Amino acid sequence: MRASMRNHGLRVLAFAAAVLAGASAPEAAVFEPRGFSTPEHEQRYHALIDELRCLVCQNQTIADSNADLATDLRREVYRMVEDGQSAEEIAGFMVARYGEFVLYRPTLGGRTLLLWIGPFVLAAAGLAVLVVHQRRRRQARPAPLDEAARERVRRIIEAGD
Amino acid sequence: MIGELGHFALVLAFVVTTIQGVVPLLGAWRRNPAWMAVAVSAARAQFLLLGISYLCLTQVFVVSDFSFTYVAQNSNTALPLVYKVSAVWGAHEGSMLLWATILAGWGFAVATFSTSLPVVFRARVLGVMALVSVGFHLFMLLTSNPFERLIPAPLEGRDLNPLLQDPGMAAHPPLLYMGYVGLVVPFSFAVAALMEGRIDLAWTRWTRPWTTTAWAFLTAGIMLGSWWAYSELGWGGWWFWDPVENASFMPWLVATALIHSLAVTEQRGAFRAWTLLLAISGFSLSLLGAFLVRSGVLVSVHAFATDPARGVFILAFLTFVIGSALVLYAWRAARIAGGGDFEPCSRETFLLANNVLLVATSATVLLGTLYPLALDALGAGKISVGPPYFDSVFVPLMLPLAALLGFAPLSRWKRDGWRRLAEKLRVPLLVVLLMTLALALGTPASWAMAAGTGFALWVAAGVVLGLRDRLRHRHGASVRRALGRGFTGMTLAHLGAAVFIAGVTWTTGAGVETDVRLAPGESAELSGYSFRFDGVSDHLGPNYRALRGTLSVSRGGEPVAVLHPEKRTYISQAEPMTEAAVDAGFTRDLYVAMGEEAGGDGAWTLRLQYKPLVRWIWLGPLMMAIGGLLAASDRRYRRSHRLVRAAVAADDARVHA
Repeated sequence: MRASMRNHGLRVLAFAAAVLAGASAPEAAVFEPRGFSTPEHEQRYHALIDELRCLVCQNQTIADSNADLATDLRREVYRMVEDGQSAEEIAGFMVARYGEFVLYRPTLGGRTLLLWIGPFVLAAAGLAVLVVHQRRRRQARPAPLDEAARERVRRIIEAGD
Repeated sequence: MIGELGHFALVLAFVVTTIQGVVPLLGAWRRNPAWMAVAVSAARAQFLLLGISYLCLTQVFVVSDFSFTYVAQNSNTALPLVYKVSAVWGAHEGSMLLWATILAGWGFAVATFSTSLPVVFRARVLGVMALVSVGFHLFMLLTSNPFERLIPAPLEGRDLNPLLQDPGMAAHPPLLYMGYVGLVVPFSFAVAALMEGRIDLAWTRWTRPWTTTAWAFLTAGIMLGSWWAYSELGWGGWWFWDPVENASFMPWLVATALIHSLAVTEQRGAFRAWTLLLAISGFSLSLLGAFLVRSGVLVSVHAFATDPARGVFILAFLTFVIGSALVLYAWRAARIAGGGDFEPCSRETFLLANNVLLVATSATVLLGTLYPLALDALGAGKISVGPPYFDSVFVPLMLPLAALLGFAPLSRWKRDGWRRLAEKLRVPLLVVLLMTLALALGTPASWAMAAGTGFALWVAAGVVLGLRDRLRHRHGASVRRALGRGFTGMTLAHLGAAVFIAGVTWTTGAGVETDVRLAPGESAELSGYSFRFDGVSDHLGPNYRALRGTLSVSRGGEPVAVLHPEKRTYISQAEPMTEAAVDAGFTRDLYVAMGEEAGGDGAWTLRLQYKPLVRWIWLGPLMMAIGGLLAASDRRYRRSHRLVRAAVAADDARVHA
């Protein structure tokens, strides 16, 4: 959620030009003063470092880690962003170098198909079961008495009085 | 000596609990009242013994007895007393003891407050709870003994992890465990009902307040954990989709489904088998969470226990508990199924849809957490599943739930009309849509923000309509009667959901953050606030040294706050820690963290953040937790106790005969 927070925040109040980029870690925040040529570059940079995994850390993004590798990767991402490369190109470069493991947002593919569609299939299947179940229950319920039957019952009751 | 006493009490507790897990269940099977009666006294003895054991461990922490490995690794003479007490659950061994003690506490409560239950059923419930407890006692004694001695004892302890030296973290685990472990009550209830082969509506009513209470604690515990992460980790995030967070979130989602499905079972007799399955799943996910966290199977920032022996033990235990419960369910559930009839347009259907969505979401969290493990185990390569994934699948599953929440509580049981609902909702829906449009077109807010706000308003509108329905044509004392604790609790919790949605939407959408380099006397602007850096001074804490910055925040020339972020170096650690400073407010937080000294002129790098409505993210769950506790204390549960007791007397007479 932090990723989108940064992006939206920067877009909503266009503050970006004066802003320096940086990254922090829980142990010791590392700040790297960086200027960007355009606000789009800055936004792209933050979006990328928030979705790339620090490979030597325990479950941290390169934005959140002060490990040497994370620092190097941030510098690399910064350089590529300022070179004008797109987010896809940079992510592709990282995957080519480190494998899919580096992406916190797994790309949709054969082995991640279940991961991406599973949640919606589950919800849809659940709702479908709900509907079918209810249909079946309604059918299993005895049909309401028709007029002739009603009349017969009424007569029997009256006769009983 | 104190430590040995604690160890001894733990061993005794294991023995007593074994008896509690075997004798009453045999007694219930053989219909032997004396054997069944063992359950109550054993449950009390178990709690007493574990309480003693727990207090002993606390005592060795308080006196800093470093001849215990666990104390030496997690405490220090300079640690403030309150953190010495909370250090007891600061790492693996002690938190397992806390877990077991709380489990025994729930057992004690059930034994004490369940006099209205049939003797056979109570014996079974307490027996099942004991079987679960035994596993944890054995786990501690075999793999994670907090009373292990360290000889020779070091002169000084290694200190509690500085991240855990925070009021939020001190209170987070006990609350979370109250919730996690509290789910054992509906679990045991379900297993006992399956053993019995029938489900009595009185028992459903009996189990409801217990489940709601456990859910409320779980909610509060997760909320505190999030608040802790925000204030202590130093980067202003509040949820990371970390596997350990997911481990607490999965049972919460299922428990939320369970309290709703229990409402249907209690009120209308429907969904019986489904409710039992949810009760089993809720606690199973708690255990699974314990396994994931304790075994170190997931690489995570939280994983402080990495030991294969422990992992294997919990996995075996997990398989036994969940497996036997599910086998029992498969065997007996058909007998229990059944219940009231209802139409497609009815509150039952809507609650069932709520359950489907919550369970699907819980399954999604499980899928995302385990998927990389499964791929790795299958040799299909390594992938990472992180926050971007969870955010993009979680939101689409939760939005229909929010839409449902806006109107489902207004619907009628058994049979309602689409037309009646539509007429009721037409005006509020129109108002909410217009406000959403106005927000999107008339302000800088993005469409996503406007939509999120719209959903929050929709839920709030539903709450207001519900109150109006309830209070229509009522005056004076009858208003108080209409607003029973059950209804008020539900209303408060649903309003909490609206508050939470609004908080997430605004913090995520309109939050701003900036990293700056400031020399003393220089200022930075953020969202209309001016932050003037007044330099850094030395500061000495009880067990750390700190460089403390001073920032004067003003707005339009008016002073707003003076903030003191710190860089702390704890005596036990070389790396400095970031201690953020927050000016908290109902409408926004200002959050400042220090980076590093930058240049010779006394300048520092700083991260400044403006976070609108961020408090609402915790206010919402707090309202849910309070609402849950209110609902659990509704008088009909107490009244039903008296009613049930009469019925039970007859039942018992049959057993004793």
